[in-house]
Amino acid sequence: MRKTLFFIPFVFFLVLGAIFYLQLGKNTQYMPSALVGNKVPDFKLVSLTTDQLVTQNDLPSRPYLINFWGTWCPACHLEHPFLIELADQGIPILGIDYKDNKSRAEQWLAQKGNPYESVLMDEMGHFGVDMGVTGAPETFVVDGSGLIVYRHQGVINTENWPVIKGYLK
Amino acid sequence: MTFVRWSFLLIALGLTLPSMAEELMSFGSALNQTRYQSLVEELRCPKCQNQNLADSGSGIAVDLREQVHHMIEQGKTDQEIVEYMVARYGEFVLYRPRHSSATFVLWYGPFILLGLGVIIFASVIIANRKKRGLSS
Repeated sequence: MRKTLFFIPFVFFLVLGAIFYLQLGKNTQYMPSALVGNKVPDFKLVSLTTDQLVTQNDLPSRPYLINFWGTWCPACHLEHPFLIELADQGIPILGIDYKDNKSRAEQWLAQKGNPYESVLMDEMGHFGVDMGVTGAPETFVVDGSGLIVYRHQGVINTENWPVIKGYLK
Repeated sequence: MTFVRWSFLLIALGLTLPSMAEELMSFGSALNQTRYQSLVEELRCPKCQNQNLADSGSGIAVDLREQVHHMIEQGKTDQEIVEYMVARYGEFVLYRPRHSSATFVLWYGPFILLGLGVIIFASVIIANRKKRGLSS
């Protein structure tokens, strides 16, 4: 009986060691979105292309991506060609021009091409805060029932696209 | 005399510099300002994970500080402001985690371990005493 008691610290050590070991190599920057499982929050934004007021009633009913970008964001330059590729594959992308300037955004889309079904202006970044965005680029996957199912922070590329695509249904 | 006055002015100017680094905000009352300070120190910046909203210079932290200020001036309670942040950024933004089943071990684990330690310590001492009592 007494001898088994001496093993308790060792067992403790093993359990803690296993827990720490399993946590190794995880992406410490990964942060789950509080919005996963919820509908897209209410919004009223002006479209960059048509100047019309757009609300959540105008959102597509099929699965789509919401992509936050801005001309001020260097990583968005990197991401843009891949978004064009996705658009060519027929993936619907709703662009949110986040904390940006209208004329610069128009110039960007004219020069680099427009992968978005529509682009909404979030000049003040209020919709970004409602979506829990921490920067750009950031992409949300909305499924066919209108629920947010996945959030990706950072650039979408060929490596991480398969994961994101898996949620798009 | 002018020297004293000038040096006083210079020192006063020097003291204002650190506060000028932050956004200029006006508060309806001193209480609001205190509440603002304590909230931005207790809310974590979602972008730069080891800083609070008060310390962080990232764009989103600036926006969220403004939002906290706005909500305080609107008359929202601290509770409502914290709920607002948690709804958007998750419990992650709380530097003081809530008491829930998920954080039970975090909050009470140390006390449980301390209690266990005291029990083991006491039982070892009692056992030793009994042994000594028997041998003598």
